[in-house]
Formats: sequence, structure tokens, C-alpha cells
Amino acid sequence: MPGPVETALRNRRAAGGKALVAYVTGGLGDDWTDTVRAVADAGADVIEIGVPFSDPVMDGPTIQAANDRALASGATPTSILDQVRGIDAGVPLAVMTYYNIAFRAGLERFAASLVDAGVSGCILPDLPLEETGPWVEAADDVGIETILLAAPTASDERLSRVCARSRGFVYGVGLLGVTGVRAELAASASIIAARLKQVTDLPVLVGVGVGTPGQAVEASAAGDGVVVGSAVVQRMLDGAGPAGVAELVAEFRAALDAS
Amino acid sequence: MGLSDPTPEGRFGEFGGRYVPETLVPACEELEAAFREAWDDPAYRARLDGLLADYAGRPSPMTECENLSEELGCRLLLKREDLNHTGSHKINNVLGQALLAQRMGKTRLVAETGAGQHGVATATAAALLGMECCVYMGEVDIGRQELNVFRMKLLGAEVKTAMSGSRTLKDAINEAMRDWVASVEDSHYCLGSVMGPHPYPWMVRKFHEVLGREAREQSEAILGTTPDVVTACVGGGSNAIGIFSGFVDDDTELVGVEPAGGAAVGSGVPGVVHGSQSYLMQDEFGQVIEAESISAGLDYPGVGPEHSYLASIGRARYESVTDAEVVVAFQLLSRTEGIIPALEPAHALAWVSRDRASLAGKSVVLNLSGRGDKDVAQMMDILGGEGQ
Repeated sequence: MPGPVETALRNRRAAGGKALVAYVTGGLGDDWTDTVRAVADAGADVIEIGVPFSDPVMDGPTIQAANDRALASGATPTSILDQVRGIDAGVPLAVMTYYNIAFRAGLERFAASLVDAGVSGCILPDLPLEETGPWVEAADDVGIETILLAAPTASDERLSRVCARSRGFVYGVGLLGVTGVRAELAASASIIAARLKQVTDLPVLVGVGVGTPGQAVEASAAGDGVVVGSAVVQRMLDGAGPAGVAELVAEFRAALDAS
Repeated sequence: MGLSDPTPEGRFGEFGGRYVPETLVPACEELEAAFREAWDDPAYRARLDGLLADYAGRPSPMTECENLSEELGCRLLLKREDLNHTGSHKINNVLGQALLAQRMGKTRLVAETGAGQHGVATATAAALLGMECCVYMGEVDIGRQELNVFRMKLLGAEVKTAMSGSRTLKDAINEAMRDWVASVEDSHYCLGSVMGPHPYPWMVRKFHEVLGREAREQSEAILGTTPDVVTACVGGGSNAIGIFSGFVDDDTELVGVEPAGGAAVGSGVPGVVHGSQSYLMQDEFGQVIEAESISAGLDYPGVGPEHSYLASIGRARYESVTDAEVVVAFQLLSRTEGIIPALEPAHALAWVSRDRASLAGKSVVLNLSGRGDKDVAQMMDILGGEGQ
């Protein structure tokens, strides 16, 4: 049975729309939980909560800066999940962090802590297909949807195997590089979406390098939607507050709805 | 015999593996296949052996320290990797990887560096083979290793400053990996230690086994038997694994020496960072703790997975020494033997000196992994102009 993340994204697709997943750094500022609620109200289908890790190798300068600020203010995985428990955003939530955070806690314990916080999904960008076994087992056991990344460098055969193991949706990596806003959408974004659509019925979302509403429209044409991270987090870093961040997310929503 | 190969998944016991973003998995697989093929190709091996001999100056000698042995009460032999071209053992690995990268059609080498020795070695190989080279170095390390920064630039490399986190080796690795995620089609990540995702820990060790083989033959020629103890400093652990590989089948005791402020084996718990599972200094939530060491080359909170394995099965043991003990050892070798060591191998000597009572009458082979020229400016600040 599909979990809450997959169900929400399939519903959006069935209604003829394009899905929007927004990323919010957990523990960044005192009002970040308000930001999560505001982003949900502004039209995000699913919200990723970033749990900061000291060494985020898949992240560019914006999310690194957000991580550093959150960690410096004392945020921990435990404190963030405690706050998530009270959010009641009305949309499914997924945690994005790095494998060592789960490994250190203990995989079963970490999976249980996500369930306890009301989180539905989990993304671990440094856990490639071959290493997912123990984690996916722990996550599947308690119904946490493990969303896997699919990279432009993978063969079609590998993409099929990634999709078969992914839950919730499959996260197409839009370019060769780390997270961050680029001036233009990479050609690889549409290509990875189209390649993934050929091998899976799971919702296909493209992220990494999707930074403007126009890029979101372009990147979602071949797939089912987009993940927007650094653009949202930059607004948080700029001190826009929940309303200011929601305004940006509403622009993405409107552009996708008009496409 | 020697050290065993890892499992097909790149595991040494529970340690190792390949924890990298999906984007890099095909590159790691391609690298592993290319390495296996090259290693079995006599033409590749002949080219590498030729460069190691005629360019890098192998074999490096073994020096018996008569003055210091008398002072310490043990029989101390130094494996002189400091006499290699570029001044350390790092050249063994870099020549192997650069030739491999060229064979794979890559045109650019990306590397991280702590003290600058691996960066200099990589820049050297790139210059020799006509490749582009980009070296990431933490801002703190750039400050304390000016000489090596300039050497890399002289050799034609671009040196990029890692500004994140502790701004040392750990962060330089993060930046190099981020570069590689974006540049993987034309770039090879020339990792400088026995760490990272499979096949690096295994491949880098294979490239350094040459020094272990030489050390075993040389020490046997001098001692008439195998040494009682082999010791080396451990950051990521490449020079240590190289020399351990030559003695692992013997009764020889293997001792790795970590800095007290970066003792991953000594005070870490298993974790996953930079591509593999290994002992790691981290807090209760899994955040990596920043190491703190006088030596930029050992200023790293993790350790290569094979060291974690050797520690877990009890085949090697790991000691740690303080910065103050290292400074004394640095001066000791300079004065008694006329050899100025790098701060990294001075850690191993600091342990020998401190534990001299338990080593009394024993034969000890110490891997002198690098020379101290790069550290002279830093030591002038610490000791003052008279070097006392």
C-alpha cells in the first residue's frame, strides 16, 4: 500500500497537476516550524525537513550555511524531531539528512523516531542503492517511505533498480553537481525525468538546480514535479520569515498550476 | 599473503563500503574495474615501477639510528620515505592513480590535502603527465603550510580554499567530493589516503605496499630477522597501512600512532563519513567532531576502514601522543641523527620515545613518512628562532 508521500503525489498527478516538494532546514531560526506550516498552506504537496549534518557532501553553499547556522544555535536531530511532532502541517513530511545521523542513532531507533514525530518519508543522499539494505529494511518495517536519488550518470538498468527500491517518489538529480540555485536549468534535468518515466510508475520529481518558478515548469514538463530546496532556504537565511518564504512557494505553485 | 582483499562490496570485516551519492557510484565502479584491469596488466605495472624507480627514487633506504638507539635503549630503524621525490610516501599512490586516470581518459585530477604533501605529489604527477590539477586545502592549513601551497602553484596546480567547518583536511575532502560530483565525467578524484568509498582504501593500500615489501627485505638484511615492532603515524593511515602490509604475516607487533586530538581508533566509535564506515570522532547525534592537531596531515577525525578492521581483530594497536610530545620528538631526531622529520612521523617517534621502557632491547622499524622542510616555519613560531 502506498504511504502518505506517494499517495499525495499520485493524487496531484491524477488531478492533472505537477507536484511541488519544498525543503525547509530544521532548526533554522525560532520560527522554522511556522515556516513549514506556511509553506504547506502555500501549496507544497510534501515538505522535506532538513536535519543538519556536519559534513553534507551533496549540498552547496546555501544549505551548508543553513546547516551551520542551525547547528550553531544548538539544533540536534532530537530537538528537531521533537518540534516536528507538533507541526501538524496537513501535508506529508519527509526528513532529509545524511546516513551517519541514522547510523549513530541506530537504524531501527531512528526509523521509530521518525514515525513518532509524524514523519512519513526519509531521504539519505549519501546512501546509494547498494548500501540501502539495512536502512530500507528498518524503514519498511515501520512504514517510513525511503526516497532514493537517481543520478544522470546511472545506466537505464541501474535507474530501474533504483526505482524498484524507492518509495514515495523517485528523486531525479537534475544535474551533475551539488544542491544550489543555478542561472539556468541544466539540460540533464528534463533528460533524467524522461528516462525515469520510462522505467517507473512511481511519481518522478526532479531536484538539485531547480531554483526559479520558470525552471520548475521546465523541469516538471517531462516528469511529475519538482523539489525546490536552496531557493527556499535562501529566503529563510535572508530572514524573510514564514510569510516571506510562503510567498516564494506560492509563486512556484502558481507557475506549476498555470503550466 | 599480506593484507587480504576486501569483499566485493569493499568491506574489511564490517568496515568500509561505498557510501557516496548515486551520482558517484558509476565512477567508483568504473575506477574499480579499471584498477583491477591495470593491476593485472604488465605494461601498466612496468610503467608504474619505472616511474617509482627513476622519477620518485625508489627503493627508499632504511637507516639504522645508532645515536638515537643508544639513547632510547632499543634498536631503531627508519624507513626513509622522506627521501622520495616530493618528500613523502604520497608519491607512490599518486603516480599509480595518475597513470590510471590517464588510462581511463580523464584529463583532470582533483585532490584534497592537509599538510600539502599529497597536494604537492598530485600536482607533480599532473605536471609530469600533462593533466589539469585542482587541490582543495582548508583555510587553516593554507595558513600553516604556505610553502607547500606555493609549491603546488609552481607545479601548475590550482589551489582552492576550503572555508567550511573546521577549515582543515576534513573540509577539504568535502569540497573535493563536491567538485567530483560535478566534474566526474572528465575528472578523477585522486584521494590521498586509505579512506573514502571502495575501491579507494584498497587501491591506495596496494599502491603503498611497495614500501612495506622494501622495508621487510631491508630490515631482514639488517637485523637478520623480522623486527619486533613496526610503527607509523596514522591520520587516514596510508603510510601505516603501507608498512604494516609488509609485516602482517609475521609476529611483528604493529603500532599505529594517532594525534591525541584526532584519535579516531583510540576514542572514536563506528560511523559513516567520506564514503566508508570506520571509527570516527563524533558526538552522540552523529555530528563529526573537529580534530585538533599540531600536524595538518593528521588533523582528521576519521581513519581508513582497514585500520578499524585491524584494530577490531587485534592485529594492530593504536596509541596516541600529544602535540607537546611531538615537538620534543621532532627536535630529538633532528639533533641526534641529523634528520628533520615531518610532524606526522614525529608522532610515531614520540610514542617510541615515551614507551622506551617497554621497547627496551627490541628492534623497531619506524616509517619516516615525510621530511620536515614544510614544518620548519611552523616550528620556528613554536620554538622561537634558536630552535631550542
